[in-house]
Amino acid sequence: MKRLLKLSLQKPELAALLLLLILVGVFQITSGGFFLSYANMRGLLGFLPEMALVAVGVTLLMICGEFDLSVGSVFALMPMTMAVLMVDGWAFLPAVAVGMGFCALIGFVNGFLTIRFGIPSFITTLGMLFMARSLTVVISGGFPPRLKLDEIPEHLFIAFVGPGDLFRASFLWFVGIALFVAFLLGKTNFGNWVRATGGFLPAAQAMGIPTARVKIACFMLCSMLAGFAGLIQVLRLGSPLPSIGEGLELQAVAAAVIGGTSLFGGIGSVLGGVIGATLIRVIDNGMVLSQVDSNWFKFAVGALTILAVVANAWLRKRGRAMKVET
Amino acid sequence: MSSEAIISVRNLHKWYSGVHALKGVSLDFKPNEAVGLVGDNGAGKSTLINILSGLHMADEGEVFVEGEKASIANPRDAMDLGIETIYQYNSMVPIMSIARNMFIGREPLTFSLGGIGILDETKMRQQSVDAIADVDLHLRSPDALVGELSGGQRQGVAIARAMHFRSKVMILDEPTNHLSVKETTKVIGFVKSLKEQNVTGIFISHNMHHVFACCDRIIAMALGEVVLDKPIGETNIDEVHDLL
Repeated sequence: MKRLLKLSLQKPELAALLLLLILVGVFQITSGGFFLSYANMRGLLGFLPEMALVAVGVTLLMICGEFDLSVGSVFALMPMTMAVLMVDGWAFLPAVAVGMGFCALIGFVNGFLTIRFGIPSFITTLGMLFMARSLTVVISGGFPPRLKLDEIPEHLFIAFVGPGDLFRASFLWFVGIALFVAFLLGKTNFGNWVRATGGFLPAAQAMGIPTARVKIACFMLCSMLAGFAGLIQVLRLGSPLPSIGEGLELQAVAAAVIGGTSLFGGIGSVLGGVIGATLIRVIDNGMVLSQVDSNWFKFAVGALTILAVVANAWLRKRGRAMKVET
Repeated sequence: MSSEAIISVRNLHKWYSGVHALKGVSLDFKPNEAVGLVGDNGAGKSTLINILSGLHMADEGEVFVEGEKASIANPRDAMDLGIETIYQYNSMVPIMSIARNMFIGREPLTFSLGGIGILDETKMRQQSVDAIADVDLHLRSPDALVGELSGGQRQGVAIARAMHFRSKVMILDEPTNHLSVKETTKVIGFVKSLKEQNVTGIFISHNMHHVFACCDRIIAMALGEVVLDKPIGETNIDEVHDLL
């Protein structure tokens, strides 16, 4: 029993989960019972997958010991690529494939440059943030192209499904992808390599893990998840705006950190990233419902990030200090 | 090259950006032998070991494993040839469990596709428990984090890992650094027991007493060259000290 308590105290996502429960409770009261209502949940769950998918990718990459600031720009670039190709007469699926391929390429370049020249990924991906954003505007030609909605199987992404039409199809994509990444990280040899690479690089190298390839694979996955999330948002909005996803990279990092992911790599979980993303969405939504001035949103996210990390460190320390007989 | 040697190196040279770190080293390591490799910082011990364990490649010279010319381009090649290296700090990931650490890079899989597959966690836990018991180490569950173990226990797990994968040659790079007296005795015991397990040990240390306590042969290096290579009966601590 005590061992179980010790293990759960050391779980990185515990602090975020507790905060989430508390906030949901608070907002439920301050919104006069509206927060957990069917209509509000429907709206919340409709938005959630877009940012949560980005957070899942960023979390994976951070566990691997690297960083990606370009996700917000890739978020806009992927759907723009698709839209421009479709205006040129491409069908939906090939256009999406090229867009996703473009994301994979950006992830590859991020990883390759970081490793080949031994520079911090913070710098590589900061550069990519500007480059990818600029490319988005350039290929749009200054005017967002019109989405040919009649050629797009929108229902596969944004139609309301589930019991009582509670969530959108995008939510199913998100759950499926998050489960897949969590499985990859927790149950496969690749996941073991990711954690070892981020946890202690010299040991991973000495044990013969292809650390460069592992990192590049994580960069590519991260970029592709960001691009896919962008696609979902554009389909929901019905128009590929070149400005979407600005600031998203920092929110995604905040989500990962709130969820217990360490900036130094090795520690973290997909579930944590998802909880972190959910917390940010809950704050956004809950503050509006509670009629708080929305300019406080960023303040709340910032305060929450710090609070979560402090709480996490404290809980983990308590967990570690617990003596268990075995 | 003597045919009975398990590892032979011939005329190894290595330069690090202008520094000539290894100057034509030739050595033979015989099966079942415990060799102590001593020398001051910068003597070339680590360079030699890094070449054998695949972290670096020699600029010139050849390595033979069991009489066959070997090309060791990365740590994986070395492990596949049966050469396991236990480093002072960096052979374990502290934030991962014992079972996970035991099998890093060599995970047993229940199903795999293109090299990526599902971990056989039951097997990993069971075999780590067995491997640890085999080296006489008493540890709690295989789920304990390596970061929570003492330095000696970590070395024990690293040695258990090397034994589990049936290495022929075990290189121990400063395994007694920062260990308590009791733990040091234990590590020296491990090195002694390698012989019974049919494993060649190469033991690198600053501490002459540790080396003399468990090795059959002493190799001393200075400034990239071998300056002494004698069975332990034909030399003593003072002679080796004077050469360094």
